[in-house]
Amino acid sequence: MPRRNEQPKQRQRRHNEWYQAWLLCAPAVLVLILITAYPILYAIWLSFFQYDLRFPDQRTFIGLDNYISILTSEVWWQAFGNTFILTVSSVTLELMVAFPLALIMYHTVLWRYAVRTATLLPYAITTIIAAFAWKFAFDPTTGFINALSGMEQAWLTQSWSSFLVIILTEIWKTTPFMALMLLAGLTLVPHELIQAARADGANAWQRFMKITLPLAKPAILVAVLFRMLDAFRIFDTVFILTRGAQGTETVSMVGYNTLIVSLNLGLGSAVSVLIFISMLIISALFIWGFNIKTGVDQK
Amino acid sequence: MISIRLISTLCIISLTMLAGCSDQKKKEVTSTLNWYVFNEPSGAFATAARNCSENSRNTYQIKLVPLPVDPDQQREQLVRRLAAGDQSIDIIGMDVIWTAEFAQAGWILPWRSEMKKEALAGRLSAPLQSVMYQDEMWGVPYTTNAQLLWYRTDRIKEAPATWDEMIHLAETLGESGIIQAQGERYEGLTAFFISLLATAGGSVLDTRHEKISLAQQPTLQALSTMARFANSSAADRTLSTTREDQARLAFETGHSSFMVNYTFVWSSIQQNAPGIAPHIGWARWPSLSKDKPGRTAIGGINLAVSAHSRYAQSAFQAAVCIASEQHQRIAATLGGLPPTIAALYDDTRIRETFPFADVLRATLRDAVQRPQTPLYNDVSLAISRTLHPMRNIEPDKDYIRLRDAISRALSSKGLL
Repeated sequence: MPRRNEQPKQRQRRHNEWYQAWLLCAPAVLVLILITAYPILYAIWLSFFQYDLRFPDQRTFIGLDNYISILTSEVWWQAFGNTFILTVSSVTLELMVAFPLALIMYHTVLWRYAVRTATLLPYAITTIIAAFAWKFAFDPTTGFINALSGMEQAWLTQSWSSFLVIILTEIWKTTPFMALMLLAGLTLVPHELIQAARADGANAWQRFMKITLPLAKPAILVAVLFRMLDAFRIFDTVFILTRGAQGTETVSMVGYNTLIVSLNLGLGSAVSVLIFISMLIISALFIWGFNIKTGVDQK
Repeated sequence: MISIRLISTLCIISLTMLAGCSDQKKKEVTSTLNWYVFNEPSGAFATAARNCSENSRNTYQIKLVPLPVDPDQQREQLVRRLAAGDQSIDIIGMDVIWTAEFAQAGWILPWRSEMKKEALAGRLSAPLQSVMYQDEMWGVPYTTNAQLLWYRTDRIKEAPATWDEMIHLAETLGESGIIQAQGERYEGLTAFFISLLATAGGSVLDTRHEKISLAQQPTLQALSTMARFANSSAADRTLSTTREDQARLAFETGHSSFMVNYTFVWSSIQQNAPGIAPHIGWARWPSLSKDKPGRTAIGGINLAVSAHSRYAQSAFQAAVCIASEQHQRIAATLGGLPPTIAALYDDTRIRETFPFADVLRATLRDAVQRPQTPLYNDVSLAISRTLHPMRNIEPDKDYIRLRDAISRALSSKGLL
């Protein structure tokens, strides 16, 4: 934007630059509006209607009734609770596993690329395939888990064990992503600081706690935020492993069942909007609560 | 010179136009009909499509568009396209439970006059009922299906007539006394409940398929039987995650003595478990009392014509051809899919493929239709969600929950 205390010539130049910058950005902004803003706004609009594709003629405006119906439904709150348990437990455990992995990747001198590739491999596998692999592994008749552990457990027939399998699948699949983000954070820590601390007599634990961790904190929080947002939308793993049975239904599955299976566009859109609002709340809590520095603040 | 050039140019132009005309004519005559149907592995559907295309003398060419094997996934893919007015769908391989939903939404065309007459001819009454909705006919019955009781003749002398008898027998057999059934939270569990309910003399909806029926006595009897079975030693420990195919695989290992399942298991056992194949017996689906036979929910595929098809007339003709006696015979002998034409149950080749043809015909005669409502999908979800897992069913409590869930499904309001 033009500033007040500038010469007219400079002001004109700045104005031109500003104009050109917007002109260059315009195509991308336009595409974003088309593919992101439009569907979101359309979903919000649809959520105020009773609109079922099986009865296309009976479309009526019902205001907030869909939201009231969802928020007073046992199905929604159970799914919300399940999603919360899955998100918190998988992200916490992932962080605990990913940190050592990131440190190993960071400090490895020999076979560095091989170690990094091996660590990242599960993340390269499609979630559906990973979920099927775990489903087969835990199958009581053909799976290897029971054979190896000597147990006779039908894992996906009980609620607690189904949750366990889902969380394990999530951890196996997405820990590499977390480790990669943490590795990026670790590379931000200046080497000179570590060396100076070492010269001052700080041991490895002290160097980690007093220098590495505080400096890598923004990267860790961003990694956790990204994973939280991802984990909250969990769908494919649960769909393959239990289809939401044994009380493992998540909010995304409720949305899928309402929109895609029951073709109830109004109610389904309201579910989607509620998931969107939940994600906004998670992001806001992280950004304000933990004071994550965004790119703009850092300037 | 000029005139020669002019004449030759004119000739070339007119020849090109003529060629163009004939091309256009050809295009109009040969229309490609897309037949959306589940991916049938034996090639029976592909043979029918090829034969009918040839018989049409280039009026149409039928192209198979494979859908997933899982009926829920088939429906999801179809309804999304149909609701969006996709013109590329001409013929639909429609599960018997979709008729009301597709018809009500205006996605398929009714069968009338000559076509209706041809589609009706010689059909069994249960598959015919499955294409009826609001006094109109919405498809031609192609294949049908119903569950039978499969049991080990080397362990049991005579097939049990009732569920109580079967559970009791299984309990006395010890480790091998397992009954394979479908207990996962999906359509199979709904079909299991509806079959038990019909056997007990009840129904989910009233005769007009509009309001909830669920008479107390038969519903409680069905629910108690489910709970008793699931909590007995006769239930497989993976019952709550078992579908038709898992039940078949488990039965083929030889550790189970009974199984309720569709007829596809017969050819599978012959191929996969030749050791136990000679010891397999079949009987009617067990009843709840000795004086009334067991009634099972009918399955199968009907052929419907999409309302968005550009070649509806050809599509009707093609559907009649695919569902003809000749092609039902191929579907039965090659693909193991029971026919909907009554006379075929006396056909020698079909009786060789289905040695249980008489039991199957009797089962189909007493078969029950799942509720013919456009909201069937929601009703089915309400049932399977309320009754899963079967081991946790408390008849008195779940009777009320079931009524409540089905009422919500019928009013199309709220989450299921």
